[in-house]
Amino acid sequence: MAGLATVFGSGAMTNSIPEIENNDLLFVIGSNTKENHPIIALRMIQAVRKGAKLIIADPRRVPLVRFAHLWLQHKPGTDVALLNSIAHVIVKEGLIKKEFIETHTEGFNEEFLKNLEEYTPEAGERITGVPKEKIIEAARLYAKAERAGIYYTMGITQHSHGTDNVFAIANLALLTGNLGKESAGVNPLRGQNNVQGSTDMGCSPNTYPGYQKVTIPAIKKKFEDLWGVRLPEKEGLTASEMLFEAEAGRLKAMYIMGENPVLSDPDTGHTVKALKELEFLVVQDIFLSETAAIADVVLPATCFAEKDGTFTNTERRVQRIRKAVAPPGEAKDDIWIINEISRRLGYNMNYAHPEEIWNEIGMAWPAVAGITYSRLERGGIQWPCPTIDHPGTPYLFKGGFPRGKGAFTVIKYKPSCEEPDLDYPFILTTGRMLFQYHTGTMTRRVKAIEALYHEPYVEINPEDALDLGIRNGDTVKVSSRRGSIVLKAMVTKRPERGVVFIPFHFREAAANMLTNSKALDPLCKIPELKVTTVNIEKFKED
Amino acid sequence: MIKVKIDGKEYRVKPGITILQVARENDIYIPTLCDDPRLEPYGGCRLCIVQIKGMPRPVTACTTPVTDGMEITTTNEYIEGLRKTIVELILSDHPNDCMVCEKAGDCSLQELAYFYGIRTNPYYGERRRYTTKDNNPFIERDMEKCILCGKCVRVCSEVQGVGAIEIAYRGFTAKVTPPFEKDLNCEFCGQCVSICPTGALMGKSSLGKGRQKDVKKIETVCPYCGCGCNMTLHVLRNEVIRVSSRPDNFHEGWLCVKGRFGFEFINSPDRLKRPLIRVKPRDKNSKELPVPDLNDFREASWDEALDLIANKLREIKDKYGPDAIAGLSSARCTNEENYIFQKFFRAVIGTNNIDHCARY
Repeated sequence: MAGLATVFGSGAMTNSIPEIENNDLLFVIGSNTKENHPIIALRMIQAVRKGAKLIIADPRRVPLVRFAHLWLQHKPGTDVALLNSIAHVIVKEGLIKKEFIETHTEGFNEEFLKNLEEYTPEAGERITGVPKEKIIEAARLYAKAERAGIYYTMGITQHSHGTDNVFAIANLALLTGNLGKESAGVNPLRGQNNVQGSTDMGCSPNTYPGYQKVTIPAIKKKFEDLWGVRLPEKEGLTASEMLFEAEAGRLKAMYIMGENPVLSDPDTGHTVKALKELEFLVVQDIFLSETAAIADVVLPATCFAEKDGTFTNTERRVQRIRKAVAPPGEAKDDIWIINEISRRLGYNMNYAHPEEIWNEIGMAWPAVAGITYSRLERGGIQWPCPTIDHPGTPYLFKGGFPRGKGAFTVIKYKPSCEEPDLDYPFILTTGRMLFQYHTGTMTRRVKAIEALYHEPYVEINPEDALDLGIRNGDTVKVSSRRGSIVLKAMVTKRPERGVVFIPFHFREAAANMLTNSKALDPLCKIPELKVTTVNIEKFKED
Repeated sequence: MIKVKIDGKEYRVKPGITILQVARENDIYIPTLCDDPRLEPYGGCRLCIVQIKGMPRPVTACTTPVTDGMEITTTNEYIEGLRKTIVELILSDHPNDCMVCEKAGDCSLQELAYFYGIRTNPYYGERRRYTTKDNNPFIERDMEKCILCGKCVRVCSEVQGVGAIEIAYRGFTAKVTPPFEKDLNCEFCGQCVSICPTGALMGKSSLGKGRQKDVKKIETVCPYCGCGCNMTLHVLRNEVIRVSSRPDNFHEGWLCVKGRFGFEFINSPDRLKRPLIRVKPRDKNSKELPVPDLNDFREASWDEALDLIANKLREIKDKYGPDAIAGLSSARCTNEENYIFQKFFRAVIGTNNIDHCARY
């Protein structure tokens, strides 16, 4: 998100889900949409049925490849090289939209062009493993489309150069003028029901609600007036930094609401050690998760069906959730709990209903000031929606970019932090599968899902399996520099040679025992979950 | 725009759309069992037959495009007689066990039988008997109740892009089946369940939990991925027994396996019900994945737990300063909860140490 916010001035999906159907070209990169955003994938399939071309760039043969006209199977971590060589072809063949570049962008200069020069399709092929003909074809298809949409997820962002990847994507859209109009844009698909909302609400160390920077004095003043207290000056710690600080003994207490970082964060051993170092850990959740298991106090919270409030989906659509059932036992909703702790610490919040909080959010962040609970009764509204008579905004940047002009960025390909070597010859990439969800706290308690998909597995290419003497269903040990796990081998052509995939849902063989917490993107501190080098061997019982 | 006349009344309509579409737009009732506006026209059930002036035989409204000057009759004794016969023929090869059928009260076939006042079966004869059970864990497939409208087959192929089922065999033995009559093995999105007009396809986790009577329907949003699909929770006696989704929302009512069938966790016996306070000290030396164990904790009252948290946070803040405390919020919680959580850290604790997993 930090990447898009830098080049456009706003970090969110530029288009809405129904618009996907009218794309005439879809470029899906680093997103297993059919499994992770199943309903968005349905729109993509409709677009293809209506005649759109579909390009997929993914190291794995993801299910959506079945509908694709072109599949670029690049090596994990080589996205910048792939995207830059596509940009190279677009520039070289004169397929850029000059008028758009002149009026709406900045940074399209010598330096930008000179940097692209070295990313010839041949160079692209050498780094990514994608045949140059396919790179050229992708460039032509993308540049010649009228309404091209790019869709990406964590396959782009979970890298030590994640923001570079996003910049390289934005460059493509800016070169071809695929922004600021219906069914054309740059669309990060958000992975959880309210990721968009929790970012919007300022649950980040450098921004208040509405992406307003904590370091700007006038903004700090505004929030001090709104909340009636003095506020801290300096930026806080990111999630990954918190764990390092905890491990070093400088961070003393943490309060974790509805997350399970022990399973979802990279390098489980590090996460566990860091959290155990804390003097005091509070976890608020609906189940006794692996993270709650090491807490000092665990508070029982309510789930989505037991409370009122709003979620904001991946296309910026604010929607009401409604209480349907009573919570179990003495479980309480998060708002009541925070009200109570806050009161005990001498600050009265006293919100009686979520609507009161929403109205305060409207005062803090003008982009949602026009969204009210009564309007939401008639359906969701997409922000920006500044006034009560504003209809909401299906696609962004119609009249230009919030930061004035869209910015080109000079991006150089950097290899991932870990590269295969003799000890760890395979690249591990992690992700989700259709049936389970995240750390499995919810889906692993659904009997039907567990009946079919309860077992962790590692996807291995048949040729690699042959070399290692591994057959489908064999038990294997996968090790990285941080740890090892034991699980079933699924021999499949989904990954190419040298690449293996493990879903991170299963505590029995937690993929994040293997991943690296130290390889962080310098700008937004996202860890490199998509490229870890590992070794694989047939498991022998001791 | 062209002009058509329906039941004597004139309408100006877009050329190229079907008679059924015109009728729907103008709130004219034409019965159908196989049509869904989200699918391609099919013309399978023949219930939507209408008469057109100048044509010798009735035609299906769902597959016939309107033309300029067309004069259409949607209802008269002759057409209704044909329609009643069609419903009677379907019912003659149907279990008619509405008393115990999961779909009763929400069944299109039952509604038509009611509408046409069908009490007896004039076409008594052989009935399809299927004894093999489909053992997939998600979808109950009772093919004796199937009327072969083909909606499930079409939604699976046209919308879901999977094609897990097809109509196999011909005539009386025709039936909807996965390849080689194996158990269903698909994405289990349940689009077929949502679109089935009868009780042939039902969600297994909802069986026996309650039908329509006394069920409260609450509109809300799916708690899983970022698509934000709208869903309707069917609640009976404080339990979510079923999930559906309205076709008029932004994703046209389609859901995935998690949204449609992944609600059982709400009522899981593992849910936390009281505040817990640790009694067994943490083993600091172990970096192993912790095993959740309730025996490491004792139950506490809310007052005790909240007092403890407030005192500890105050103590740590006084001793080390507010930046020694940090909060992780959740992409699973509501906007309102996230807002007050960051407000709590900034305004009450006094630190910007607040983040969430959007980064991951």
